[in-house]
Parts: sequence; C-alpha cells; structure tokens
Amino acid sequence: MREVVIAGIGMTPVGEHWDISLRSLAYRAIRAARQDAGGLQPQALYLGNFLAIDSSHQANLACLIADNAGLGGIEAMTVEAADASGAAAFHVGYLAVASGLVDVALVVGVEKYTDALGPEQESAVAQAMDYDYEVMQGLTLAAQAALVMQRYLYEYRPPREAFAAFPLLAHANAVTNPYAMYRRAVTPEAYARAEIIADPLRLLDMAPYADGAAAVVLTTPERVRDLPHPLVAVRGSIGAIDTLALHDRPDPLAFEAAYHSVQRACEMAGIAPGEVDLFELDDAFSIYAVLSLEAAGFAERGQGWRLAEQEALGLRGRLPILTLGGSKARGNPLGATGVYQVVEAALQLRGEAGANQVPHARRALVQNLAGPASSAFTHVLERYAV
Amino acid sequence: MEIPRHWRLRQQRYALVGEVCPHCEEKIFPPRDVCPYCGNEAKTQFTFSGRGTVFSFTTLTEAPAGFEQTAPYTVALVKLEEGPVVTAQLTDLGDRPVEIGMPVEMVTRKIRAEDEERGVIIYGYKFRPVLTETQ
Amino acid sequence: MTEISPQPAFAPLKPDRPVGIIGYGAYVPQYRLPASEVARIWKGGRAATPIKEKAVAGLDEDVATMAIEAARNALKRAGIPGDHLRAVWVGSESHPYAVKPTSTLVAEAIGAVPHVQAADWEFACKAGTEALVASMGLVGSGMARYAMAIGADTAQGRPGDELEFTAASGAAAYIVGPAEEALAVIEASFSYVTDTPDFWRRPEQKFPMHGQRFTGEPAYFKHIIAAAQHLMKATGMTAQDFRYAVFHQPNTKFPQRVAGMLGFTPEQIKPGLLSPVIGNTYAAAALIGLAATLDVAQPDDRILVVSFGSGAGSDAFILHVTEAITQRQNRAPTTQTYIARRVEIDYGTYVRFRGKLAS
Repeated sequence: MREVVIAGIGMTPVGEHWDISLRSLAYRAIRAARQDAGGLQPQALYLGNFLAIDSSHQANLACLIADNAGLGGIEAMTVEAADASGAAAFHVGYLAVASGLVDVALVVGVEKYTDALGPEQESAVAQAMDYDYEVMQGLTLAAQAALVMQRYLYEYRPPREAFAAFPLLAHANAVTNPYAMYRRAVTPEAYARAEIIADPLRLLDMAPYADGAAAVVLTTPERVRDLPHPLVAVRGSIGAIDTLALHDRPDPLAFEAAYHSVQRACEMAGIAPGEVDLFELDDAFSIYAVLSLEAAGFAERGQGWRLAEQEALGLRGRLPILTLGGSKARGNPLGATGVYQVVEAALQLRGEAGANQVPHARRALVQNLAGPASSAFTHVLERYAV
Repeated sequence: MEIPRHWRLRQQRYALVGEVCPHCEEKIFPPRDVCPYCGNEAKTQFTFSGRGTVFSFTTLTEAPAGFEQTAPYTVALVKLEEGPVVTAQLTDLGDRPVEIGMPVEMVTRKIRAEDEERGVIIYGYKFRPVLTETQ
Repeated sequence: MTEISPQPAFAPLKPDRPVGIIGYGAYVPQYRLPASEVARIWKGGRAATPIKEKAVAGLDEDVATMAIEAARNALKRAGIPGDHLRAVWVGSESHPYAVKPTSTLVAEAIGAVPHVQAADWEFACKAGTEALVASMGLVGSGMARYAMAIGADTAQGRPGDELEFTAASGAAAYIVGPAEEALAVIEASFSYVTDTPDFWRRPEQKFPMHGQRFTGEPAYFKHIIAAAQHLMKATGMTAQDFRYAVFHQPNTKFPQRVAGMLGFTPEQIKPGLLSPVIGNTYAAAALIGLAATLDVAQPDDRILVVSFGSGAGSDAFILHVTEAITQRQNRAPTTQTYIARRVEIDYGTYVRFRGKLAS
C-alpha cells in the first residue's frame, strides 16, 4: 500500500444555510480544498452523505456534486453509513489512493439538513436505526441515546451533572472557531436548566443537526512536495460494525465497534492509542463521548466521565478532545461530520488551529460513529515528516 | 404505501413470534437469518411468553413523523424472560413511575396509522406493567 | 306491563350436540371518565348522571386490540391454543375499518389462522351475542369443535349528547365447545327481533343518532322482556331458578328496571351490573357482565343472559355452570382486576383520546 497524505482541506461554516443548495454547499468545500491542494486534478470523488436520498429526494448525489463542480468524467460515488458517512467516504478515498488505482482523490462530506423540516426530518435521521424493530417503535436517535444514558446512570451511578463537562468543553472551544455554529460558551447552570428531550437526555446533551460541507484532497506525498503548508499523513484508517439495533447487543454500554476500530487503526499505524496528541471523537450525544473514551481505552468502563473532571480533555490537557467545538458546538452535519473531524485534526497537525491550537500536535486519533457506534471509523493522522 | 413490509412481519408484531435456534437452542427476537450465538441458520418459529423486565427507558416529547398523535410516549429496552432484548413502547403507565427492573408484559396495540384518516393501521407489540402477579 | 309473547310454537334454540362455554375473557381499558366531567362541560355541572363513570380506550387501543386481549384471556381459561378454533367472530359497531375485517387481525394475533372462519358482525349492541348464537350452531352441528365469539366496542357519542355520559369501551370473548368440556353449559337460547329504529348511524357518520325516550319502552324493554320471558317459559323456569342474571346495560337504571319486571332481585344482577363503573360498552356490555358473573359463579349456578341491540333485537341464553369453572376462573385476569386498574381522565384528555379534537 502506498503512503497517503492529505494535501488540501476545505469546509463551510456549519449552520442553517437556508439560501444555499445541497450542490452549492458541497462546491464551496470542494473549491476551498482544491485551492489548498494547489489545484490538483482529482480522478475520483467519494462523497459522504446521509439524508439527501430521503430529505432532498436525490440519489446518485456524488454524480451531481462532481458534475456541478466541473469534474465531468471522473469516478464518483456516494458512501453511506448514516452519520458516519463522512468517515466512511474518507476511508474509501484512502483505500483508492493507497491501492495505487487512484492518484488524487477528493473526499467530500455534505449534509443539507434544512431541506426538510419538522417531524419528517426527525424520521429521516431515525433511519440510521433498524427501521422494522427500532424506528417502528417510535424511537429517535436522541431517544436511543437516552436509553443508553439511562442505563449508564443506573449501572455506574455517576453524578447526573457529570455529563455537562462535554458540552461545556465543546462550546468553550467553539468560541474561537469561525466555522462553528454556536460560538458561545455555556454555563453549568444553562446545562442544568436545559429542556429535557428524552429523559435523562437534555437539549445540551445533543449535538444540533445542521447543514455543512467539508472536503479533503488525498494523494501521495511525492505529488505535492512544494505546497506552502505541511502535509498530513494517513497512518491508519479502519472501520468496524456492531449490531445495527441497540437491543441486539449483549452489553449496550460497550461500544465494541469503536473499540475494534481504534485497536486496529492504531495497530495499522504502529502506535498505542495513548500515543496521540489529540482525539477528535464523536460527541453526537454527551453519553457517546463518554463511551468512546472508554472504548478507546482512555478510561475504565463506567469511568469515562471522570476524565472531564480531571480537566484532561482541554486544549492543554493530556488528551484534548473536541478541539474546535465538536459536533455539539460546531454543529452536527451528520453525513459530513466525519470529514469535518478530519479537516479539524489536519488544522491541528498543520499548526493552523489558531487560538484552538493544541501545542505540539503531531498525531491525532479521529473517530466518527453511526448512531450508538453501530458503525465506527477510526483514523490515525500524523504531521508528515519528509 | 408500505403495506408489504409491515404485513410480512405481522406474526412477530402481533404475537412476538421469533425463533429458536435448532442448533444451539437459544431464543432469538427479532428473527435473524443467522443465529447470533452459534452462527448457524435459524429458522424454527418460537412464540415468546411476552413477559420481561425494563432494561432501560425514556420518554419522548419530540416524536418522529407518524407518531406525533401519541406523544409523549415511553420507549424501553425490554429484556424478555427467554433472553433477548427488544425495543418497544411502554403503555398503560398512568402515573406510575417506570423503573429499570420493572416487570412488564406484552400487549398488542396500535403502533401507528400510515395516514390518520385513510391509511392502513399498523398493530404490534407494546409492554405494560404486569396486570396481576398470579398468572 | 302487557305481556308480549311470540308465537308459542317457536322452540328455543338448542343444538343437537350439547354445547357450552369452555373459556371466556374480558377486557376493560384503564381510563375512566367520570360522568361529572361531562356534566361539568355540558350541563353546568348540575345534571343527574346516568352512571358514575365510564371506561375509555387509550390512544393505542381500538376494537381490535381490546378483542385480542379478551380473546387471549379466553384461550388461557379454555387451555387450548389458538389454532384449535374454527371460527373467530367479532361483533362491534366500532370496527377500526369500514371495510377489512377486525376478525382476521384478531385471528392472526391469537394464532388461529389460516384454517378458520372469520367475519365481523354488526347488530348494534347485540352483535357479540349474535356471534355467540352462531358459534353454538357451528359447534352444535359438529362442523367445529371450538368457535370464538367476541363483543367489543369503543362506543361513540357526539360531544354534548346524552350518550357521551355512557358510551364506553371494552371487550369480551367466549369460546364455545362441547358441553362435556364446558365451564358453563348453554342449555338454550332464544332471540326476539323486530325492525325498530331506536338508534342508528348512517355510513361515514362519526356519531350515532337515537330516538331519545323511544329507545326505552318499545325498544330495550320490549325486546329483552319478550326474549327472556319466552325462553324461561319454554324451559319451564322462573327467576327463582337462577342464581344470577345479566342484562344489556346502557345505563344503571334500565337493567335494574328490566330485572325487576322479570322478577329478579338486585342481588341476582349485582355481579354482572357493571355499567355504573364502566359505562355502556355496547356489543361487549352483556358479555362483560357475564364474564364478571362467571368470575364469581359456583358449580350448578344457573345464569340468564339477555342482550339488546338497537334496530332491534335481544338474544337470551340460559347457562348452567359446571364443576370445571373453579379451575378456570383464575387462569386469566378477572373482570374486576381490569376494573380496579383505574386512571381517571378529564374531559380534555377524553376528547383527545377519542379523536374529537377539530383539526
């Protein structure tokens, strides 16, 4: 397998882009990433998207996105793994370049959440779950996270307010991220007061769904020796699945897919999970951030919430997470989230994260989950040293 | 209209008809083509008793399309006495607080209508607090 | 009261092979709307109310779901699996569909499909007992060993109408089988039917119309008394030969009055008189009353049951309880167990539950 580097990155602000269409949103990220990569001509486009086939009534979206971006004639396909679609598309892009079949691949994540409104959109997102046996019982992704959280509170008895640390950290980090949806800090009082969505889950335990697009250009290092910014190498990239339905798991509090993808991605990179400078984990729900930390081995089972207590997770802590606000404060553009995470980690590894810069960041672990880690994709990214 | 996909599952939905693995004898619900315990094909029908306990639960106020008419409602993970866990709504709760470990029993109820006035009505399993201890 | 006798030549219905009830089951939803709530909204709170409160189906309940639970209880008492049934018949005036049987859904849910007769019956409040007579015929002829008759309703009443005090929800299921397996042998049955428009609902109308006081004397009383008197006379019995009696119960007063007119004491109708606390469950009313009576009956008790359906007609039955009753009473929840499970609702919740909110 060939060495693969991220040569260019681009993203749009996350938010409610009422006046921007699905295709134009994607184009903005593509244009930025291609410029950043010095104008390399991609031979393939791999698109991460979750909702368009339902909410925008658009199939073969990758064809449309590539076509609209003036990339006629290239290979293009959509990769779907619910809210892990972005990471799945990145993984496919990595495979294409590493295999030698494609020299320059464009990976795009785009989500146009605001194309549909109300209960219909809630139903569209719920399709990440087992339709016959979960969705048909009236379950939503938030309610499913609440089921996990309720059980976690019952089994491990952490203080209920322990979960506040995750949204508080995300919002604090987003204040200085110009691409974030919510650039304001939240207080513990605001967390305690927040509306209950599905008990015990509160509004601030849930990352808000939003529109956004992010893109990266993948290639081999020798093609991009003279770019004016550092390169980021992809040292590991592995996906794993658990049961799709939460109820089918012997232990719903063990994110098995997250565990396996971290272990194998680190093995691929030749490192231990602890040998990273930051961990861009998936905080679609605060409980999932806790379980991801436990699955990756950064905390014992039932103890993940204590890491926040010890302030280990801040920008200057020993394991910074959600460094640009995570899904909670940057916004959760679902099928694009996995690409945003890669772009954010690349900013850190290139030393371009500004006020959010993690000091001496050289290696990052990036993980994107579908639902309650029904699918998990983990990448190990590293600042490329010539 | 999505009649076939619901019609196909009517026995599972109305009466918790799942499977027993002919190889390892584990009980399976919802039915699967491959037994998750031993990896062999599982095709023998088995009707569950409908008795179980609450493993986890939550009450939703923001319902997805098709469920708005019955919100707020409570969804639970119910551990069946034969082993499997199912996702299902709890019903007939009244003012009773739900607790993890609470014994529940299956009832067949309206899940939702495809369209409130004109569509096919979809029925299926829900669970309620056990009515009497003597059964 | 003038005595109204049908032609004495008509013998009671009695199958060649003796039949009886081998299992029964009731279902009453848990919600209760106090009649005082209806009076509060529509009568300035000052009306005399025909009952104390009525049972109301929840948002996820309808005739099919209630019938399924009653049917499951009947199967538990009978101790037979669903696939032993050769008929599943559901009588109701509130079937969930105008076209598409409730009975196939019930039969599927209880495992009675596919080798089974299934149909929905409609005869206002006696649709369930009409299905019971048909079950006697099917089993008594030897065509079937077991047949199930269900009466179930989620009765409708126009907001503000008198019916809104009483129109209630419930279900009861009966399995008819050979007399030697019965918990109560059906000794004889008799029906009395005329074309009397005391209550009706035209197609595609949500709420029924009724003939006010015309529903009493020429309808309810005339038909029940005629059916009961003829059956007792033909079998040589009087009110004193019965331990219990159950009459259709649209309110509290009518069944009390008709019982008195037929010579029954308040004690005889007591276990089966449920309308004060659950309302008028229409096609289920007499059958739920009978279920509650069977819950307390002893071997050798005789029970008279008389339904009434508007339009109009009555089916009367004489049941003779056997030794088998004692082992079967507690195989399923009793009617009183359901009645004791009570969640009071206000008029606003009731209006939401019954789909009466204008949208």
